Amino acid sequence: MIELDNVAYSYGGGDLLSDISLRLQPGSFHFLTGPSGAGKSTFLKLCYMELKATSGLVQVFGKDVRDLKRDDIAMARRRIGVVHQDCKFLDHLSVVENIALPLTVAGRDLSSEMDNLTSLIDWVGLKRQQDQRPPELSGGERQRAALARAVIMGPDVILADEPTGNVDWEMSQRLLSLLIELNKMGKSVVMATHDLNLIRAAKSQVSARVLRIANRKLQLAGADL
Amino acid sequence: MKAALRMIADLLAGDSGADRVVPPTGFTATLTTFTAGAMAFLAVFAMALSFATGRLADRWSSELARSSTVRISAPAAELEAQTLAAQEVLRLTPGVARSRVLGDEEQRLLLEPWFGPDLPIDTLPIPRLIEVVEEGEGYDAEGLRLRLAAEAPGAVLDDHTRWRKPLVRAANRLRTLGWVSITLIAISTAAMITLAARAALAANGQVIRVSRLVGARDVYIARAFVRRFTLRALIGGIIGTALGMIAIAFLPAAAEEGAFLTGLGFQGWNWLWPLILPPLGAIVSFWATRSAALRVLKEVQ
Repeated sequence: MIELDNVAYSYGGGDLLSDISLRLQPGSFHFLTGPSGAGKSTFLKLCYMELKATSGLVQVFGKDVRDLKRDDIAMARRRIGVVHQDCKFLDHLSVVENIALPLTVAGRDLSSEMDNLTSLIDWVGLKRQQDQRPPELSGGERQRAALARAVIMGPDVILADEPTGNVDWEMSQRLLSLLIELNKMGKSVVMATHDLNLIRAAKSQVSARVLRIANRKLQLAGADL
Repeated sequence: MKAALRMIADLLAGDSGADRVVPPTGFTATLTTFTAGAMAFLAVFAMALSFATGRLADRWSSELARSSTVRISAPAAELEAQTLAAQEVLRLTPGVARSRVLGDEEQRLLLEPWFGPDLPIDTLPIPRLIEVVEEGEGYDAEGLRLRLAAEAPGAVLDDHTRWRKPLVRAANRLRTLGWVSITLIAISTAAMITLAARAALAANGQVIRVSRLVGARDVYIARAFVRRFTLRALIGGIIGTALGMIAIAFLPAAAEEGAFLTGLGFQGWNWLWPLILPPLGAIVSFWATRSAALRVLKEVQ
């Protein structure tokens, strides 16, 4: 689905990432960990094409990213759900409109997707808050809304960048269990986090692989956690 | 009534989804409409100027070009004889189609705007005027002058070219300036809309980035902006053009005597020309906004 082969990314001064190779299989669950500033977000941005690799090959759904036109990238993103650390909502729209935004921009008819939308909002437990504006939500509610927005299009891959960064332990576990549920439905999940306890908690529920970015390289961290 | 209003509102709202995504701009939107209106208003006047000076130039060059005047100033006793002699010379001059002595009544009418209606024309030593109408290539003015000097020493040929040419040149230049003004107004409108669109795009950076991240195509995002600015320019253009046309329609009419200045306005089907201004403004702002939006979008991955 997403394949990186010997990818490097550098900005101005020097390499942030180099020699990154990874093949994301359908239905896989990956944790991405590493100290902050190591390049976890950059790695995910390479996956959802916000950044272009300075060298190496990135393939998304079997296509070389360098060959994709801007519209092709837009189409590919409809199949990749992204949960950002800072959520990236449109504050002038209500929560439900934000969750439905991918449908809106794809030109889908919202009325025919209403059932889907309602059940999704139920699933993330935001029924009561759906008409509020994003700034009125708590950190955990925002992250759940972001997750709902990421999956509304029924993506094949979900990339979550530190979704538990600003929420308490209980909410972290809740978000994790939502991601595990999605994974059990057959979606690939990559979750960046520096919370090792969360990774340990997940181990019993899902067969996850742990990737670690350190010294600009991506390593597979074994069972040593 | 309510249903009709709703229909119009829906029509103006267009794709409500895309429109909701970009937040309303409020006050600055009014500024765009106002500027587009002011530009249209000015364009109406530039257009009126172009048409009026165009008519003027055509008239001066066609009417005056084919006619000239011989003026005979002589003592009353000789006046009749000299007039006859001059007419004879004119009759024999190649290039002169015909000549005609202006009657007393005609001369009185010519002088009326300057001296008033009760001019006792027979008590004044008024020169006799002969209207000369040319044909073909026209006559040789120098040769005619010499022959007139010999046959009728009091006759002076005034072939109008002396003052006609610069007037026609000036009128033509004014017409050109009018069209240049319209072009400048169109370009300024494009520049103004581009600036306003860029400001709107910059203010909505978050909207653009987020829309892009959730899979919006460039045209989708651009459309929300393009539609708004096109609509604003169109509405402003309609108001400005309407006001401009009303102002021109109520210009005081030039009096019959001053008719050589021609009515400073539109005549006949020329009234239709200003109607192209609102759609023209809309097209200009469509392209200005579209190119500004696509340029800004290029910088967002």
